[in-house]
Amino acid sequence: MTGEELRAETSEGPQELRDRDETSPVALAIEEGSLRLPEGPLLDPGDIDVEFGSDETMIINMGPQHPSTHGVLRIMMELEGETVLRSKPVIGYLHTGMEKTGEELTYVQGATNVTRMDYVAPLHNELVFSLAAEALLGIEIPPRATWIRMLMTELNRISSHVMWMATNGMDLASTSMMIYGFRDREMILSFFEKATGLRMNHDYIRPGGVAADLPDGWEDDVMAIVETIPGRTDEYDEMLTGQPIFKHRTEGVGIISPELAIAMSATGPILRGSGVAWDLRRAMPYLAYDEVDFDVIVGTVGDTYDRYAVRLNEIRESCKIVRQCVEMMPPGDYRAQDKKVTPPPRARIDESMEALIHHFKIFTSGFEVPPGEVYTAIESPRGELGCYLVADGSNKPYRMHIRAPSFVNLQTLPLLLRGGLIADAVAVISSVDPVMGEVDR
Amino acid sequence: MAAEVASAAELAGANVLASTRAGGQEVLHVTRERYLEVAGALRESGFEMCADLCAVDYLRHLHRPLPDEVTPERFEIVVNLLSLERHQRVRLRVQVPDTDPVVPTLFNLYPGTENMEREAFDLYGVRFEGHPDHTRILMPEDWEGHPLRKDYSVGRVPVQFKQAPGPR
Repeated sequence: MTGEELRAETSEGPQELRDRDETSPVALAIEEGSLRLPEGPLLDPGDIDVEFGSDETMIINMGPQHPSTHGVLRIMMELEGETVLRSKPVIGYLHTGMEKTGEELTYVQGATNVTRMDYVAPLHNELVFSLAAEALLGIEIPPRATWIRMLMTELNRISSHVMWMATNGMDLASTSMMIYGFRDREMILSFFEKATGLRMNHDYIRPGGVAADLPDGWEDDVMAIVETIPGRTDEYDEMLTGQPIFKHRTEGVGIISPELAIAMSATGPILRGSGVAWDLRRAMPYLAYDEVDFDVIVGTVGDTYDRYAVRLNEIRESCKIVRQCVEMMPPGDYRAQDKKVTPPPRARIDESMEALIHHFKIFTSGFEVPPGEVYTAIESPRGELGCYLVADGSNKPYRMHIRAPSFVNLQTLPLLLRGGLIADAVAVISSVDPVMGEVDR
Repeated sequence: MAAEVASAAELAGANVLASTRAGGQEVLHVTRERYLEVAGALRESGFEMCADLCAVDYLRHLHRPLPDEVTPERFEIVVNLLSLERHQRVRLRVQVPDTDPVVPTLFNLYPGTENMEREAFDLYGVRFEGHPDHTRILMPEDWEGHPLRKDYSVGRVPVQFKQAPGPR
């Protein structure tokens, strides 16, 4: 088959938003968001004015290089004056085939690959991959490793939400919020650097436990963080929540109903913002979340303001969890003592040839995972982060699929933008919090 | 807890070929023809969210272990459904043959599968009949082939190092 033929066979036409006269009424109705609910059409496709358009409306591109689209997200919008009639996100500009790469890497190397997907919350990606691999291996993780994982991912949730506040502030013209947010994130990242060696893309949580124990004096560093952040959160609360411009730009903008959010598979702050108390940490506890005390934050209206409020208060809840982690951190080992997955201690390598061979074997060919398939899910700062692993008994995953919350949440964007002003689009895109590394993978 | 919750296999009725458990979750094997009926029955009985949908290419493991009732095929569509009320997950596995890789779309039941089905089509070439916007999503629209298939080779670019000896 020549390239031309293959292309003709596999191409399905343009991904872009098409003109009204090139689209069928049903497709228009779906794009306008009225046929989304399975309970039946809200709007008769016959009512949609196909002729309407061409002269009065225009289709414009926002992105992929627009500063407020948080990366290379391109949104095509049909505008009538300043009102958004239809919109469609076009993605894939950052696609690097990480799922395919994951099939070529061993389970030891796998965490280094997935950590680059959601680069704002890398530890969550490592965690979900490690949980999936451990479920297939059937190994138990010592309590200290579990609590270290919880501590680190909660700190990561704070840094992710703080960074969201920063970029959201900048989108809504509060540049001081941006500077403050990045300042706070840096404080957490320097602790990560101390504990894991890197500010981002840590490869800290690995199948079998974590890479290293927490550094000496970690309690002081962590307590310094959780004593500073709540006070600053109150400041931001005062600065943004108490500010009329911010409230006017977010209240009542981009509303999504709980039924629609569920139907569109939206999770995380979007779902909770619309009033559904669904948090995997509470609903299907993993790690030791059933032993700590925290609240699930929900909104009432489901607008941009609610999503902001959910994230702001989740920072406070995460601080509560981190405090409990510091208090309840059990002593013991930080990785499972399973010779199959755990390399020997560094000191043993100098004394024993077998230990050196063992170490070399684990880091070159890795370990073999029994055949099976598993789906694990955790609550990342953006929603349900899932990992579907298929193992065939070799040292590499046969299939590694990451259910990226941003990728799924992005589907709600046309519904949130519809009927709003183009100036509000910036606030709405920001409130969905897409991380393009995770969307395109 | 587990005893109180009705198993998804009971809720789905007689259309399920076989049900197993993997990683603490129920797995239902369904045929392509009964796929929509089973998903519809599960949706009616409380599985209101489709958490995930992805495809797997079993080219190298055509004779993998499966329940006796299931005829293994090259592709598999894996759907993870979620019940918010009962805190329960169920996974559907649908066998799709290589010669005719078409499955009905879930869009009318779960509109949230729009992006996921486009992704599965883009990367594996499994077509979803009735999908409203059946285009590529991650790859460029004029891309040739479906890159996550196992017979699609991983491209390699020769790397030229500085001061390396020339070709011999």
